[in-house]
Amino acid sequence: MALSIATRQLDGVTILDLSGRITLGEGSVQLRDAIRDLISKGDKHILLSLGDVNYIDSSGLGELVSAFTTAKNQNADVKLLNLTKKVKDVLQVTKLYTVFDIYDDEAHAIGSFK
Amino acid sequence: MDSVAEVEAAAERLTQAAGLDEDESFRVAMAVREAAVNAVLHGNGYDPAKQIGASFENNGESLIITITDEGEGLDPDKIPDPLAQENLLRGTGRGIFLIRSFLDEVHFRQLHPGTELTLIKHLSPAGNDRDGQDQPQDLDTK
Repeated sequence: MALSIATRQLDGVTILDLSGRITLGEGSVQLRDAIRDLISKGDKHILLSLGDVNYIDSSGLGELVSAFTTAKNQNADVKLLNLTKKVKDVLQVTKLYTVFDIYDDEAHAIGSFK
Repeated sequence: MDSVAEVEAAAERLTQAAGLDEDESFRVAMAVREAAVNAVLHGNGYDPAKQIGASFENNGESLIITITDEGEGLDPDKIPDPLAQENLLRGTGRGIFLIRSFLDEVHFRQLHPGTELTLIKHLSPAGNDRDGQDQPQDLDTK
């Protein structure tokens, strides 16, 4: 299943609800474009909701890292919400779990941007 | 990338037939997918004239998956450690690391031309479904 992205705003935070796979050719480019679009528009608080992302590969991990660093360079923040077990597993193995701010609760995640 | 999806699906069939649980099946299939992506992109350089090969075997003790490409070869010792602090925020370079993390043995062999990657997952006695033991299967695909 390819990646679908729905965007919503809540309390000054742009939430991207992602669903599907973030892999080479199946979502990593979509994610890159979505993040770049938000940052170019001046969004500073971006929350990636990954509760329906059931698969991520090394290319997808690279896109998450690129989103994180691109945001930092623009004084913006990209944080992660609701990791599935498989995505959490891959982030832990690659030590990226220590890089991102990761939340299980949306309200808590949104509050963290303030 | 159709060949990558084909190889990934074959790996999933192999792990499920061997009785691996969902987590282990995911890890093996993901490692195989990463190997196939590497073969297509880095090995063959996305050259449609070059093929990747894939074979899958359950010998009752291990799952043995072999992925080959027709590229210029790679030196696994020269791959930077993606866990090193200076590499942690790099956008690439995690594929081989994931393969090594998720499998019990990974062997590289230089072909002329190309690279052969042999991926081995040992089966625990409790998790080994002998009925799922397969004869070797080969996939040759572009």
